[in-house]
Amino acid sequence: MLVYIVRRLLWSALLLFVISFLVFFIFYLLPSADPALLRAGRNPDPDLVAEINRQLGLDKPFYVQFWRYIEALVTDFDFGTSYQNNVPVRDEIFDRIPATMSLAFGAAVVWLLIGIPIGILSAVKRGTFVERMFMGAALVAISAPVYWLGLVSIYLFSNDIGVAARIFQPPGSYVPLWEDPSMWLRSLILPWFVLATAFAAIYARFMRSNLVDVLDEDYIRTARAKGLSERRVVFRHGVRSAVTPIVTIFGLDLGILFGGAILTETVFNIPGIGRTAFEAIQKSDLPIVQGTVLIGAMAIIAFNLIVDILYAFIDPRVRY
Amino acid sequence: MPLLEIKDLRVHFATEDGLVKAVDGVSYEVERGQTLGIVGESGSGKSVSSLTVMGLTRAPNAHISGQILFDGQDLLMASDDELRRIRGNDIAMIFQDPLSSLHPFYKVGKQIAEAVRTHNHDVSKAQAWDRAVEMLGLVGIPEPRKRADAYPHEFSGGMRQRAMIAMALSNNPKLLIADEPTTALDVTVQAQILELIDRLQSEFDAAVVIITHDLGVVAETADDIAVMYAGRIVEKARADTIFHGPEHPYTWGLLGSIPRLDTARDEELVPIPGRPPSLINLPTGCSFHPRCPYVRDAHRRVEPELAPAGDDPSHRVACLLDHRTRQSVWADLRSGRTPEEARRLEVDRRDAGLDPAVARAEDGA
Amino acid sequence: MTEAAAGAAPRADRATEPLLEVRDLVKHFPITKGVILNRSVGAVQAVDGISFEVRPGETLGIVGESGCGKSTTARLVMRLMAPTSGSIRFDGREIAGARGADLKELRRQMQMIFQDPYSSLNPRKTIGTIIGEPYAIHGLHPEPGRRKRAVQEIMDIVGLNPEHFNRYPHEFSGGQRQRIGVARALALRPKLIIADEPVSALDVSIQAQILNLLRDLQTEFGITLVFIAHDLSVVRHMCDRIAVMYLGKIVELASSEELYAHPRHPYTGALLSAVPVADPRLAAQKKRQILAGDVPSPTNPPPACRFHTRCPKAVAGHCDTDEPLLDPKDGGNLAACHYPLTDAEVAERVPTARVAG
Repeated sequence: MLVYIVRRLLWSALLLFVISFLVFFIFYLLPSADPALLRAGRNPDPDLVAEINRQLGLDKPFYVQFWRYIEALVTDFDFGTSYQNNVPVRDEIFDRIPATMSLAFGAAVVWLLIGIPIGILSAVKRGTFVERMFMGAALVAISAPVYWLGLVSIYLFSNDIGVAARIFQPPGSYVPLWEDPSMWLRSLILPWFVLATAFAAIYARFMRSNLVDVLDEDYIRTARAKGLSERRVVFRHGVRSAVTPIVTIFGLDLGILFGGAILTETVFNIPGIGRTAFEAIQKSDLPIVQGTVLIGAMAIIAFNLIVDILYAFIDPRVRY
Repeated sequence: MPLLEIKDLRVHFATEDGLVKAVDGVSYEVERGQTLGIVGESGSGKSVSSLTVMGLTRAPNAHISGQILFDGQDLLMASDDELRRIRGNDIAMIFQDPLSSLHPFYKVGKQIAEAVRTHNHDVSKAQAWDRAVEMLGLVGIPEPRKRADAYPHEFSGGMRQRAMIAMALSNNPKLLIADEPTTALDVTVQAQILELIDRLQSEFDAAVVIITHDLGVVAETADDIAVMYAGRIVEKARADTIFHGPEHPYTWGLLGSIPRLDTARDEELVPIPGRPPSLINLPTGCSFHPRCPYVRDAHRRVEPELAPAGDDPSHRVACLLDHRTRQSVWADLRSGRTPEEARRLEVDRRDAGLDPAVARAEDGA
Repeated sequence: MTEAAAGAAPRADRATEPLLEVRDLVKHFPITKGVILNRSVGAVQAVDGISFEVRPGETLGIVGESGCGKSTTARLVMRLMAPTSGSIRFDGREIAGARGADLKELRRQMQMIFQDPYSSLNPRKTIGTIIGEPYAIHGLHPEPGRRKRAVQEIMDIVGLNPEHFNRYPHEFSGGQRQRIGVARALALRPKLIIADEPVSALDVSIQAQILNLLRDLQTEFGITLVFIAHDLSVVRHMCDRIAVMYLGKIVELASSEELYAHPRHPYTGALLSAVPVADPRLAAQKKRQILAGDVPSPTNPPPACRFHTRCPKAVAGHCDTDEPLLDPKDGGNLAACHYPLTDAEVAERVPTARVAG
């Protein structure tokens, strides 16, 4: 197992190197705002622009710039400096991580609590109206784009402009957990549910189809033949097997959300990595974009590894 | 009173394609301490009838009728809870593929202990575990305490089946149903398992029902044999009779189509022509008639009942041919004639009017 | 109009060269460990030095239980994988190292029938396409009408209705699907067909149909057949000579009569003893020789004679130190054993031996 982990970490390092190369390369190739011009302000003097170029090292060849970037990253964990406002990228991003984490984890809890039970119920009640209703609702939930859902829910429920019931905090009211726990919670409820909707639906459908397949397995027949109660058969024998692939995709989903749930954060004005990335893209602020991509990649790789290791504990047949 | 008595059991499933008559009027008994072998091919209904005894075929689309008397109690009338108390307790079942029949995520000892604790609520976890280890030892698994801590995929095929048997017997059932227990196993392992079941049967004084398609297996293990075809029992007799004095054309066909070690090597295999029928559109009259070499007109219209063959009350056959006719045909087949030849001989005998009573009985019955 | 190979060959033509000759064939599957660079820490010795030959027109049976290497042997002969070492000569040519175009040409001469008729046919292709695929691959019968006719001809030969050309596998029963497999194997009129447990997954009454079909086709087309099975009664019925494998080695090689009348290797004896006999009277007489324990792991086979750990006749100091060679024993059987079964032992454990041969 240890060997497996070490091997995975080594591959991950290589992967991150390749990813940062690709992002760097793409930005280098694509036409975008000249960062030196951005810094130089209005009506820039050409000499000033050239000086800025030199200072930022933008006059050097591509591979030199890239090498410098990697060097700084590995030795100092320095992601470079924002073109826009000269702030270290690392600080910009790390400041935003708690918000993204709050959003991601909270939504994850919500979608698991809603999706899994609905999936189990649908599987057990296969063929009945209950199942059809749930799966139909799931389809609708998956189809609704998250930004649309976000805007609609704000329109309906936000306590400043909501037309249906003014019960939830409006966008922009996010505060970090340690500042004001109550407000933190209240500001996140609506975003959690909005973000969780599509996931809950997907997990419900996935859980249902897994459980339906598992309940057809021979060992379920054995469990019943042993005289176990139906509840025990479904949960201890059925769900226990059916939930394992869900662990895998859960890791992936969390990892992706960690890169920033761009749409949700933007609609609800939550200062997370996603929104930062969105703004940076608009302004061609390469270091920030690169930083968010790398953090996102690291998150996905980390969660993937955790989930794969977890899998070995869940399924004793898996051995590394 | 027999331990298990099944009377006119019918299990029909309503499906999109039509009504599947998986079991269509099956009756048999199993005595305490005896072994009944149920032989049939796929689609014969042998598994479904046993699963129904355990109540495992109850479903919204299943129509089950008849009687299943276990120790006097009609299981078809029993509630789900009552059936659960009996399953794994008084009646236990083992299945064909022990790898897929054991939960891959739980240790073997735990699965056996679970069976014990389900039916004995006052047993502690430790006691149940000890019982599991004890049972694993009883079925001949070496180092049972260590093995109980292992997962099913860490066992070999034969050991897995032993573990399943251990689990089934852990609550001292009165009846053990073994559904193709050795089909997935190598032949030397098969011999081990059959010998194990035989030994445990006497130790536990249990009745055993072995379901299989392998005539060799029932020849070696069963006291009585029931041959099933298309959801019905076509012949039921003591083991010796089935092999040395069978009276149903399907049984003859089965015996003639299997390669055997005890006959001359170059003897042709005589397959039964055609295929088993669809259970949705069963043939009219005798369900075997489309494939029977000795079919008569009446057989296409009249459904045969399972009735005593000749004088032997333990030998019952569902065939419209007369007992004496069947005996002559079997004699011909046994002396090496092909079914086609035997048929012609039989027709000759009939035409020669050897026994008008017989001819009348068969044509009108 | 059927094409027969140069005369319907007799079943065991001793005068001619063997069609297939295998010498010291070895296949080890390496087990690796390591972080970046995988190094070999052991191997699954699936096939560990076997030699046999198959004469034109005969049927050779290979029997054994799980893990004995019979399926691996089949795949090696078919060159579906390359051997670790050893020689395979087909029709006089060495094919152990064949690749590319040579291999493709080889495939016209040898074909395989697989065990599971439910999973060995592509469910998305019509059976006409499946059976005609060999022609497509080798560029035969390119004219559109001709190929269809050729396929239908084969369908007729194997007992399928030629009008079902455009149906899909799931519309057929198990026995029919196996016929489709046979048809596909037959399409190129190969010299050799390897049948890997072709009837194990079928109902008893259908097994007989397929076995008879194979026998008929063999006689009509002069095909040499290697028949792999675990069911000893089936193998006896179909095969002229039989090789018994255990843990990657051939332990006994004999003609059908010899093997069943007087098996010499204790493992063969145990196999025959274990086969359930469809006769309660004979079964009652049998003194069953039940083998203890399980088959050892092929990654770590017992030294010298691989069977000695379970053999009732094993002698310590001899069987575990000297590997016995496959040589002739009393009656003509080739057996790899220092203490072969005597006639008395055979009579006791294998009651069917009296009737056999």
